[in-house]
Amino acid sequence: MEFKDYYKVMGVARDATDAQIKQAYRKLARKYHPDVSKEKDAEERFKEVGEAYEVLKSPEKRAAYDQLGKDYRPGQDFRPPPNWDSGFEFSGAGPGDGSYSDFFDSLFGAQARAGRGRGGGAHPGRGEDHHAKVLLDLQASLNGGTRSFTLRMPEIDAEGRLVSKERTLNVQVPKGILAGQQIRLAGQGERAPGNGTPGDLYIEVEFQPDPLYRVDGRDLYLELPVSPWEASLGASVKTPTPTGIVDLKIPAGSHAGSKLRLKGRGIPATPPGDFYVVLQIALPPANDEKAKAAYAALAAALPFNPRASLGV
Amino acid sequence: MSPSDERALPGTIFDESAILSIKDLSRMCAVDERHIVEFVEEGVLNVVNVSSEWRFSGDALRRARLAVRLERDLELNLAGVALAVELLEELAQLRRELRTRR
Repeated sequence: MEFKDYYKVMGVARDATDAQIKQAYRKLARKYHPDVSKEKDAEERFKEVGEAYEVLKSPEKRAAYDQLGKDYRPGQDFRPPPNWDSGFEFSGAGPGDGSYSDFFDSLFGAQARAGRGRGGGAHPGRGEDHHAKVLLDLQASLNGGTRSFTLRMPEIDAEGRLVSKERTLNVQVPKGILAGQQIRLAGQGERAPGNGTPGDLYIEVEFQPDPLYRVDGRDLYLELPVSPWEASLGASVKTPTPTGIVDLKIPAGSHAGSKLRLKGRGIPATPPGDFYVVLQIALPPANDEKAKAAYAALAAALPFNPRASLGV
Repeated sequence: MSPSDERALPGTIFDESAILSIKDLSRMCAVDERHIVEFVEEGVLNVVNVSSEWRFSGDALRRARLAVRLERDLELNLAGVALAVELLEELAQLRRELRTRR
């Protein structure tokens, strides 16, 4: 186990005042809080900072840590001496619900853990709910179906330590789920002590980008390329939709950006979203004599200035 | 190993339809009921049914838990929490749009 330099983690001097430590914590917590931060290793760093603050903000823990830390360098192999903490009294719960490092646990483990978890609404005999986030493919929401998610779950092991355990769940994704909504899996949270009711698992969903459709709430958007004559003269063209290929009628006089709505063909939520087709004009390439002649004939036939609105 | 439908856990959408009492929310967020009332008064949480007893949507659970985390970890006051929750939701919405446009 490596010795951790909590002062270095917090970026404060060893003789920093309580106020300086608090200030450093607030700054780092805002920077790395997993709900706020977009830094890649935010969660990891936030835990580190939370752990350091947990020790340095408490006069008892800080004194014990300083006493012990005199002879260690960061990263050095560390073994706590037996009964090293006798004479210090620890209390209070730490921030965050993540696990602390082995280093922390070996110093303050049992004592710190005792005061944590099961806050205000504690229910004897009921396991805690668990929460997770996953990225889901849009198809799962459109058609329902089973997906397997690998989640990391905190668990209390036999020795009362908080450990992170990986488990894979096969989940029937409810059809029509929207980004930001939660899937509830009854009884998949923490096991309850004794014969109590286990907690539930809540999985918050975000969508992976879909190759075809853009999602806006419960509505779907598809950019559909059409030829200039299909847009101008009107046509019936084949269009993919979540429920299969349909013949879509393009009204005459459509232009790039024209929006056609297929009511109720978006995400099958309650109420279902709509499906929007946004037209894009695709130009045929003028890469042979025939095509060039056709463009030239069009130019001769139509006095058309596409830049009229720019005054040129 | 392919996921088989028979063994799959049935998931249900937990949203507008899931109506929570203040007691439920308080237990699920591990804060006391008085605190949930404060969240409502500050506009962090919306009450969907005010008849005889308050009722909350499933989405309120997500918001309440976020609020509790921000309050505890960043030592924010209620007004700060309310502002942060609002801005974070707006940010999530913008990121969602950005992701699907890429």
